[in-house]
Amino acid sequence: MDSYDVPESTPSASSRPEDYFVGATPLQKRLESIRKHTSFIPTPPRRKVPQCSQLQEDVDPQKVAFLLHKQWTLYSLTPLYKFSYSNLKEYSRLLNAFIVAEKQKGLAVEVGEDFNIKVIFSTLLGMKGTQRDPEAFLVQILSKSQLPSENREGKVLWTGWFCCIFGDSLLETVSEDFTCLPLFLANGAESNTAIIGTWFQKTFDCYFSPLTINAFNLSWMAAMWTACKVDHYVATTEFLWSVPCSPQSLDISYAIHPEDAKALWDSIHKTPGEVTQEEVDLFMDCLYSHFHRHFKIHLSATRLVRVSTSVASAHTDGKIKILCHKYLIGVLAYLTELAVFQIE
Amino acid sequence: MMSVLRPLDKLPSLNTATILLVGTEDALLQQLADSMLKEDCASELKVHLAKSLPLPSSVNRPRIDLIVFVVNLHSKYSLQNTEESLRHVDASFFLGKVCFLATGAGQESHCSIHRHTVVKLAHTYQSPLLYCDLEVEGFRATMAQRLVRVLQICAGHVPGVSALNLLSLLRSSEGPSLEDL
Repeated sequence: MDSYDVPESTPSASSRPEDYFVGATPLQKRLESIRKHTSFIPTPPRRKVPQCSQLQEDVDPQKVAFLLHKQWTLYSLTPLYKFSYSNLKEYSRLLNAFIVAEKQKGLAVEVGEDFNIKVIFSTLLGMKGTQRDPEAFLVQILSKSQLPSENREGKVLWTGWFCCIFGDSLLETVSEDFTCLPLFLANGAESNTAIIGTWFQKTFDCYFSPLTINAFNLSWMAAMWTACKVDHYVATTEFLWSVPCSPQSLDISYAIHPEDAKALWDSIHKTPGEVTQEEVDLFMDCLYSHFHRHFKIHLSATRLVRVSTSVASAHTDGKIKILCHKYLIGVLAYLTELAVFQIE
Repeated sequence: MMSVLRPLDKLPSLNTATILLVGTEDALLQQLADSMLKEDCASELKVHLAKSLPLPSSVNRPRIDLIVFVVNLHSKYSLQNTEESLRHVDASFFLGKVCFLATGAGQESHCSIHRHTVVKLAHTYQSPLLYCDLEVEGFRATMAQRLVRVLQICAGHVPGVSALNLLSLLRSSEGPSLEDL
């Protein structure tokens, strides 16, 4: 008979950043079970509630303030080949030349566009989960003003940053020549994102793909972000569902007072410091049954497309906005996990 | 309880094989039923559709040879409905006469149920789990063919193979690599 011994590295309930990483990846579990000739019964995921990472104390709040309150479009990125942090100035120069060349080709046609742009590569210190994670870096396109009397630093036209938060599962599988920064966030014109993506793909032999967030993961985010302790709530907790029906799909929006949401979560939550699948399901089921009682609509038959809390908001198309500095790393950690999953 | 489905509570009709499809997605069930009825089959096929169990007892229906629970991975409601319905099936049905069909896995971005949940459900009930995007005509036709073959075995129309034989055959070849198509 099959034995149901599935090896799973369960986390200990401590708040050290190294213990944040929960369990083995599905790939590792599968390999383990083949080796041991056991039947693979997947266990439901458990995750830790995002705590303030110790490393985050290195991050200057002023320096990362520009990352908050902005909508970022998410992509997953395969490891970069032969990328070096010491060559950032060189990369700035090359990318600048590439962008100018591309725009002059007329591929990104925008009337009256100023070709005086400047590209800057810089590292983002402290944006990592463990010491093993590679440094995050930032690419910005600034417009160079033509009049010397104006500010030397022009307006930021486009921002993109690459990071890896608790990416242990991916880091273990790649060789020395590769730099793993699976999460890419972009803000700015889509045409710029495309050009920069092309340059990276050509230069470092990597591949970008848009990171979508499915309803399952959105409900996890809703539960985890509601669980976070926030000093004062800046936004109501809001959900948006899309009902598939013809001719046009219907959208249902459900807003809750954030303190009520937190109270609901607290009544469900059992183990401190850990979030389980059952708790997430129960949290969502409470919302669904409340809605059903009032409106006789089964929200569970519709598709969750957007979740918005005081910590962050996320849309299924892969758009994220982080509102709370305290949980920046926690939010990015989950997104990194999704990106790594998509790459694998 | 009278509302519980039992596999042997009725006599079989001559050369007839009856399948019951249970699921919330009416359109998909109807399409699957149509695809099955198009198949060439020596036995007379009867396809019954139900949104959930228990079935109304007022209707006179033949003995059911195979129950397929269709779970839409895009809808938690579909899973909850299946879990509710499973309570109204007698334990002896799970000796090869029940199977689970998960649809919607192809559109990962629309999934609100984790694949693991249905795998665990099928494992709990010791029944096979099939994946098929019923919206895609080609996949649906292949699945219909497969279900017709399984149905014939469950109805006892294939000499030498019983539903229980088939179940143990499927189980022994079920390794981690196969469970994950």
